[in-house]
Amino acid sequence: MKILIIAEHKNGVLAEATRELFGLPLGQAEIHAVVAGEGIAPLAEPLGQLGAAKVRLVDSPALAGGTGESLGQALGQVIPQLAPDVVLTAHTPQGRDLAPRLAEGLDAALATDCIQATFNDGQVTLRRPVYAGKATAEVEFTDDSLKVITIRPRTAKAPEPDTALSAEVTSVSVQLSEQKTVLKEIIAGGGERPDVTEAAIIVTGGRSLGSAENFSIIENFADTIGAAVGSSRAAVDAGYRPYRDQVGQTGKVVSPQVYIACGVSGAIQHLAGMRTSKHIVAINTDPDAPIFQLADHGIVGDLFEVVPLLAEAVKNRTGG
Amino acid sequence: MNIFVCIRQVPDTTTRIKLREDGNGIDETDIQWIISPHDELAIEEALQLRDRQPGSTVTVLSAGPERVVESLRMALAMGADSAVRLDLPGDADSVVNSQALAAAIDKQGTADVVFVGKEAIDNGAGAVGTMLAVKLGFPCINVVNGIDYGAGSVTCRRDVGGGNIEIIETTLPAVISAQVGLNEPRYATALNIIKAKKKPIDTLSTDELGISEADCKTLLKNFELPPPKQPCHLIEGSPAEQATELVRVLAEDIQAI
Ligand SMILES: Cc1cc2nc3c(=O)[nH]c(=O)nc-3n(C[C@H](O)[C@H](O)[C@H](O)COP(=O)(O)OP(=O)(O)OC[C@H]3O[C@@H](n4cnc5c(N)ncnc54)[C@H](O)[C@@H]3O)c2cc1C
Repeated sequence: MKILIIAEHKNGVLAEATRELFGLPLGQAEIHAVVAGEGIAPLAEPLGQLGAAKVRLVDSPALAGGTGESLGQALGQVIPQLAPDVVLTAHTPQGRDLAPRLAEGLDAALATDCIQATFNDGQVTLRRPVYAGKATAEVEFTDDSLKVITIRPRTAKAPEPDTALSAEVTSVSVQLSEQKTVLKEIIAGGGERPDVTEAAIIVTGGRSLGSAENFSIIENFADTIGAAVGSSRAAVDAGYRPYRDQVGQTGKVVSPQVYIACGVSGAIQHLAGMRTSKHIVAINTDPDAPIFQLADHGIVGDLFEVVPLLAEAVKNRTGG
Repeated sequence: MNIFVCIRQVPDTTTRIKLREDGNGIDETDIQWIISPHDELAIEEALQLRDRQPGSTVTVLSAGPERVVESLRMALAMGADSAVRLDLPGDADSVVNSQALAAAIDKQGTADVVFVGKEAIDNGAGAVGTMLAVKLGFPCINVVNGIDYGAGSVTCRRDVGGGNIEIIETTLPAVISAQVGLNEPRYATALNIIKAKKKPIDTLSTDELGISEADCKTLLKNFELPPPKQPCHLIEGSPAEQATELVRVLAEDIQAI
């Protein structure tokens, strides 16, 4: 079996979600990688060290902007030349935009947002969440078309690079037709703190924070442990946090190593966005709050008291 | 303008999911069905655009079994001009759903813009809009939370993660997928809900659409509910002791910090 990994990158660095793909149980499959963009040649080395046997570089100034249209067109030309059995990419904003373009253009089968994936002896076994994580289901492929698969970030752990490994590197060129979409501008938001979809730890606050200013309690604690700040919808609707921090069915779906919910009741729509977190901690004054049914560890208490003490306890431990 | 909206009917967000006995789907008895939340944003955007462009019409399409008629009526009650059901089983995959929608749009004439939700909350694949665009030969802008309409083109703000926003311009016709923040969907009034009950809703069969369910490339099987959780370990003591113990758990037991 030949697996082609589409490598995502930003500012000359491979995305962590791409590195993680090499940590999946890929069996004896032959692993190839493709990188598209401008000035991307330096990425071949880390891809080789992660385990790609061959790396194809699609280097073109026309791909610098990286619109879904241009990327889809470029990869749509390259993939048939490489004739893989599986195209694998991370279920990131880029991956989720790209995968259906490729699947449709290449007459392939599509399975998105998989949270388990095993590749063995030409067999692909996948499981994905359905009904916002209230259940999971196995994906069966009904024919032997090319398979385009996206994997939810943090499903696997990225392997350590092996400096003894290197890939055979080839450049490929593509012919892009006139584009219908033009990227005009990227407005950087975010700031210093990690984004909820990328962070290993998320500290989330709910309606009970009572104001945007009070969220500084959550931020201070999050900053002591390098965590992202998440929010319930009630806190977003009240204007305490921007929508991009919202976790849940109509917000972001996250899967961090640790999710710390402070003053969040655990409404079913909130759980839908975070139930695949590896470890869940709840801090809530109400011992009957539904969040405790999902939590591994809990503190029944007032967040205004407990959360600042957590920040202090971290500083005491690290001697800071 | 000919404005199309593709909507999906999904279980209400508070539904407790029960599995079918054969494990290859969910038990649909007692489910309250709603229009998928992002699709409501798509309908609202279409209605606002129509009202600014005299002579425009909004056609709402939904692929699914007989039950989806109820959601199409809700879209009519919100203000859509016409609604069409594409007769497919609820578990058809993105490939066949997008085929059906493309065929239905071709049958109704030409589209100037097609709005979809960024994903439906049942399957969550977020693929149908993009696949539809590729089939129609239209550009597709996904996860859009703001649109400026120009002459023959639109400029969209899209949410690309990491708090970053992209401003993308596209020619029309195009497919645009709606993200929260794009607008505030209106509520249908009781009067309009009653009026919508009398409006005709056309159905197109797979034969009329020239497609076949057998073209599905994937199917979902062996559904599982999440494994039962171990009971929560409550940390006792004074607030300071609780905080110290939780930080110890994070650092030593989970090794996260
Ligand atoms: C279609 C639809 C989609 C939705 N999508 C989402 C979504 O994506 N994300 C989302 O989060 N919600 C979503 N919701 C809303 C959801 O139903 C809840 O209303 C929301 O999650 C509640 O937010 P909350 O937990 O902050 O507030 P509440 O439910 O009001 O809970 C506040 C909690 O704080 C506790 N508390 C109060 N004071 C303190 C204190 N001092 N210290 C500690 N604890 C305290 C209380 O005991 C309570 O448990 C959606 C709803 C619908 C209908």
